[in-house]
Amino acid sequence: MVNYQERLSRTFAALVDPTRRAILARLEREGGASVSALAEPFAIKLPAVMKHLDVLDDAGLIRRSKVGRTVTVELRPGPVREAMDWLRRYERFWSRSLDRLTAYAESKETEARKRKP
Amino acid sequence: MTSLTLVRRIKARPSIVFDALTTPEGIAFWWGPDDGPVLVAETDPRVGGRFRVRFRRLDGSEHESSGEYLEFVKPERLSMSWRWKGGAEDPGESLVEITLRGVAEGTELTLTHSRLHDEDSSSRHAEGWSACLDKLERHILAATEQSLP
Repeated sequence: MVNYQERLSRTFAALVDPTRRAILARLEREGGASVSALAEPFAIKLPAVMKHLDVLDDAGLIRRSKVGRTVTVELRPGPVREAMDWLRRYERFWSRSLDRLTAYAESKETEARKRKP
Repeated sequence: MTSLTLVRRIKARPSIVFDALTTPEGIAFWWGPDDGPVLVAETDPRVGGRFRVRFRRLDGSEHESSGEYLEFVKPERLSMSWRWKGGAEDPGESLVEITLRGVAEGTELTLTHSRLHDEDSSSRHAEGWSACLDKLERHILAATEQSLP
């Protein structure tokens, strides 16, 4: 069983590559696509696309299924949601903290002005 | 590279904001993801000095973050290393950078928390991945809603 941090590392590592992001964005729009259809818009060879798909598959971001001679690729939302939740925790932490910091600093500013009109 | 940046405009002069960021009294007032109390706030306000903050969330769980001040330029810039104490979910050391800029209404604060996750360092040119995640998540939410009866 791969632990939580390892899974996040894989997800983030998979998402930093622009070609892989483009593949995911396309799967997001179209729901699913064949490998050859996915490869078509890129100026790279099919084996290179297959390597990107391997990375996405290892990170659990896509699912591949074979029907006859066609391999269909689909998006798996779980890991992306997990990564997003993780990042949101930091966002929430700082957003709420800065709300209170703002209130505190503004009250101190008001006090300072009262002391020295 | 995983990072997040927040910008705030505060109606207070930069030196007041800087003190709020770095004094135990200030930290006790604002630090934490909800209205739970700060239990410990210690700072050694200088480059190389350390800070340690322990807080309790409203769900009762206690968390501690600590680190070292890497830059301490009052009233304009502060950076510090950051680490959550222990726990299986410890993602390692991250970096918090805060810049304060004097503006007409007071201070513009820019906070960046980066190196949130030490993914492969060879792939640090990751601009745009966050937007990508946002889009994907919207899609996921939409799909979830559609699947409800």
